[in-house]
Amino acid sequence: MIEVKDLHKSFDGVEVLKGISTTFEKGMTNLIIGQSGSGKTVFLKCLLGLFPYENGCISYDGKIFSELTEDQKRDLRGDIGMVFQGSALFDSLTIAQNVMFPLKMFTKQSKSEMEDRVDFVLKRVNLIDAHRKMPSEASGGMQKRVAIARAIVNNPKYLFCDEPNSGLDPKTAIIIDNLIKEITDEYDITTVINSHDMNSVMEIGEKIVFLKDGLKAWEGSKDTIFKTDNEVVTDFVYSSELMKKVRQMYIEEKQ
Amino acid sequence: MLYLHNIGTYFLMIVEMFRKPTKWGVMKQLILKDIDDLIIGSLGIVAFISFFVGGVVAIQTALNISNPLIPKNLVGFATRQSIVLEFGPTFISIIMAGKVGSFITSSIGTMRVTEQIDALEVMGVNALNYLVFPKFISLLLYPFVISIAMFLGIVGGMIASVYGGFSTAEDYIAGIQLDFKPFHVTYAFIKTSVFAFILATIPSFHGFYMKGGALEVGKASTTSFVWTSVVIILLNYLLTQMLLS
Repeated sequence: MIEVKDLHKSFDGVEVLKGISTTFEKGMTNLIIGQSGSGKTVFLKCLLGLFPYENGCISYDGKIFSELTEDQKRDLRGDIGMVFQGSALFDSLTIAQNVMFPLKMFTKQSKSEMEDRVDFVLKRVNLIDAHRKMPSEASGGMQKRVAIARAIVNNPKYLFCDEPNSGLDPKTAIIIDNLIKEITDEYDITTVINSHDMNSVMEIGEKIVFLKDGLKAWEGSKDTIFKTDNEVVTDFVYSSELMKKVRQMYIEEKQ
Repeated sequence: MLYLHNIGTYFLMIVEMFRKPTKWGVMKQLILKDIDDLIIGSLGIVAFISFFVGGVVAIQTALNISNPLIPKNLVGFATRQSIVLEFGPTFISIIMAGKVGSFITSSIGTMRVTEQIDALEVMGVNALNYLVFPKFISLLLYPFVISIAMFLGIVGGMIASVYGGFSTAEDYIAGIQLDFKPFHVTYAFIKTSVFAFILATIPSFHGFYMKGGALEVGKASTTSFVWTSVVIILLNYLLTQMLLS
């Protein structure tokens, strides 16, 4: 479980996060949603320790991040897997080498053990015979799967995904969403996903935190987001014609 | 203030580069790759430029000493002095600031833009040690490149002098042996080693701490070349003042 209390972050005097408090539950897919510029990515990067924050507290299963020593932070990072928006695969390494990278850096496994593990996770994300390809030769969907494989190869306790299905077609996006959900259930990890995709919300949003202008505007789940009267949330959720029709059907059904 | 901030960040980067070392098995491969990219990959252009600039130095020296009282071996002497003292260490380093420096800035800058550096940091890897340290180690072989540049510059000068009819091979060889001071070579290699450090770290600094997108990667490469050249020229002056005067 990850607990966040009163998180503040500014850039050049402009406050981007204005005191966010929330909890991300273990074994759940926790979604951070909101419009572009609402502070989602900054919030995620603060959680990861990539951005220092001015005020507040982040704790990983009771361990307060800011109170950890550098070595303890490094150990904690070994428990974190991250899928970046652009996949962030290392250009100079093949797909197999990318996935093997965390094992090479942080474990004492033999080469054959590492190769077996890479085969296993690549198979798990439905990538077979892609080992020798370079990231530039892989499609967007494949790159995302490789990024997921790299994130889970070291059995993390926490999985973070920054807009994992951005730039993907709807079908591939749903496949990626479901893959993340399956992995969360399978390994019982705390998954935090940054998204502004309503399809993701509907598919995997077990817990949803809605951000608006650097503040938590709403918190709930995919079951409650359609029932909420919170105007900020309804503005966002029902911004498309399709979603407006869905809501109309929902209201009619209720009547 | 920004300059002071950047200078401070640069020195902190150097300290951080030596902390939390990457596993030797991984580091070894990175060093070998950087030796290939930065050292072996530069030999062709360095050899080509050195050979022809050596020839030009010899021809220009010969054309400026038409007085029959001046011995012909002066062509070889002047060419050797120009190449060993200045052309080899400094001129080639400026060229390397363009070739190697731009490569380092753009490759690290692209990693920054595409969040590959963030990915390293999230994993708990010391990104500065992983990215900059192998470049620093591989550029320890930079004096080897400069030795080749010096040798080819002097050979180029000899070929241009002999085939251009400005001097005989015997005179030229006598000239390059004339009044030889081994300390001049030591001075050249001290400068080369300092420039190697500059070539590894300033472009890395500009790549690592850049902000923005693809356009900024290009701008960072240009800025890196300008600052690497400026620092090389300034240190060249300071080292010459300290070591030769």
